[in-house]
Order: sequence, then structure tokens, then C-alpha cells
Amino acid sequence: MTTLTEQTKPVARQGLWVGIATGLYGTSFGALAVAAGLNIPQAMVLSLLLFSGGSQFAVVGVIASGGTGLAAVTTSTLLGLRNAFYGLQVSRLLDATGPRKVLAAHLTIDESTAVAIAQPDRERTKVGFWWTGLSVFLFWNLMTFVGAVLGNALGDPKKWGLDAAASGAFIALLWPRLTNTRTRITAVAAASIALLVSPHAPAGTPILIAALAAVVAGALPDASEGDDGEAIIDEDLPHPQLDHSPFADDGSLLTRREWRERRHQGGAS
Amino acid sequence: MSLWTTVILAGALSLATKLLGYLIPHEWLDGPLVSRVMKYLPIALLAALVAVQTFGGSNGSVVLDARAAGLLVATIALCLRAPFLLVIVLAGASAAILRAFGIG
Repeated sequence: MTTLTEQTKPVARQGLWVGIATGLYGTSFGALAVAAGLNIPQAMVLSLLLFSGGSQFAVVGVIASGGTGLAAVTTSTLLGLRNAFYGLQVSRLLDATGPRKVLAAHLTIDESTAVAIAQPDRERTKVGFWWTGLSVFLFWNLMTFVGAVLGNALGDPKKWGLDAAASGAFIALLWPRLTNTRTRITAVAAASIALLVSPHAPAGTPILIAALAAVVAGALPDASEGDDGEAIIDEDLPHPQLDHSPFADDGSLLTRREWRERRHQGGAS
Repeated sequence: MSLWTTVILAGALSLATKLLGYLIPHEWLDGPLVSRVMKYLPIALLAALVAVQTFGGSNGSVVLDARAAGLLVATIALCLRAPFLLVIVLAGASAAILRAFGIG
């Protein structure tokens, strides 16, 4: 990592704060994990190795509802697939190689991607990505440990409403994604499917069956958005679309004015 | 599958998924249909998790208890733009209070 300049310092500070804010709710993950029956080392390994909030909550949620390990792993992996798509986009901006590439991949999550691609130039993109990724990693793991120890000390999880807290965590992760009618219908349809099939399917699998709602929502034509497939990054993440990338085809940086003009032209890059 | 196997397998697959984005040619995953399904996938999975976590009873039954009150309070908090951690705490506290009074 290069030394910070006047330009990159605010980006680093932003990354640090995103890490602290995200880390705080690592406490709830740690507490919910032990409430679901995991021990403290298992909760820690999930935060260190899986390191993707939604997927981690999914693992403990499926286990808590009596689902099999296979159902837990499948749900968590499907939920984490979006990280591969984030990687497709940020890898082009980071040009990391060797072990650094593996570390970059591991740190590719909602938060680091959002901060990285919101930056106007390549230098700040890199600083934003690394500072956010490393800061979230540090605080998320630290607070997972705190939460797991606290959760262990609390005793009966139901008495403290930890099962309802897990519902709260899922709805809070879902909420910012409900940006238009189709996303809301998809959510209601998926929730209904899950409840309708749950008496007839093994625990954990209703969630996977409900994922079919996403296939239908994605396959049906939608007049309100273009058919160019650029909608992969969540709308709640503050960023310019990468099709409006601030870089010219040869990788050089566009001036702000050129960049704005390209955006108005619809991102022909 | 033991808990440890589940934890390590889920973690390894997560890292493998992330690496995929850095290693495979961009064109392979760039189709419009794939991108659109990928946009809705987290929405469907999280909504299903909300439903099962809130209303799931033993053996796949659907029950209404203190968790539903927790979800309602969480939803109101989200409408009022409460931060993530507060939403979680309020959901848990509502259910805990109801149970302290012997409800749900």
C-alpha cells in the first residue's frame, strides 16, 4: 500500500469508519452464532474464513431452524455468489497479483466494493478498497468474539429474544434491496414459497426452493430497466455504475468532465 | 455433517466463490440473464430466511409467537431509518419483553 496523500486520506478515514460501523453488528452475529449452538471457535472461524455477513447469518439461521449442514452450506454459498460478481468488477481496478490477489478476493464484500467503486480515480479506488476491507475484517472479527463471549454468558437465547434478533438481522439486510416493485414482489413471493413448502420439505430446503423466485424475477422481461445486465451491483451501494467507469479504454484516467459526459451519453466506454 | 465440517466447508466455498471473480474471464459471467438473476437472488434468499426464522416452528410448522412482534418492531424501525444494530436490538428486546410477560 502506498503512503496516504491529501487526496486519499479522507477515503482511508471513510473506510475505517465503515469498518467500525460494520464491526459493531459483528457482536450480534457472534451472539446469534452461539445461540444457534456453535461454540466460540466455530463462530470465529466463520467470521475469519467465510467473512461475508449475510452468508454467516444464513449459516447460523439455517442451523438454528434445524436444517442440515448441507442446507446451511448451500444457502450461504448461494447468498455469497454476488461476491464473485463484485470481484469481476473490482479486480479490474485493483490490479493486485499473487498473494495480494487472494487477500483482495477474500476482502471482496458489499462494503469494500461499495467504497472502492464510489471513488473517482484509480488511486482512491485502491485506498478505499483496502482500507475498508481490512478495517471491516479487523473489527468484524474482534466484535464477533465479543458477541460470542457475551452470548455464551447470556444462557437461554429465547429468554433474551435472540431468535427474534435473527429475524431483525435478516430483514435489515433485506430492506435496502427493496428498491422497486419487482424487488418487493420477489421478496413476498420468496417468503410465501418458503412458508408454504416448509411443512413438506426437510428443514433448510424451503429457503433454497424459494430462491426460484429470483430466477423467475430475473428471467421475466422488465420494461423499467435496460436489458444490458448492468444491474448486478445493489442499488443501495453508493457508486457510479462501472459502465460509467472513470477510466478510458487504455486504463488511463478520464478528466472529471470527460467522465461526466460519458455518463450522460449512457456509458459508452 | 458435523458442525465443524459445515463451518469449514461454508468458509472454503465462500473464499472459492470470491476467487472466482478474480480468476475467470469477465465474459463468462457477463450475460444479462445471469446478472439479472444474481440481482434478485440475495433478495429471495434473505426474504425466505426472514420468513423461516420468524414463523418456522418444529417440523416445518408455521407458528405465530413473540418473534413476529420482534419482526414488526424491526420493520417499523427500518421505516424510521434506524441503523442496523438498533434494528436487531429492538427486535430482540420486543420478543424478550413479551416473553417476560409470558406471551409467545
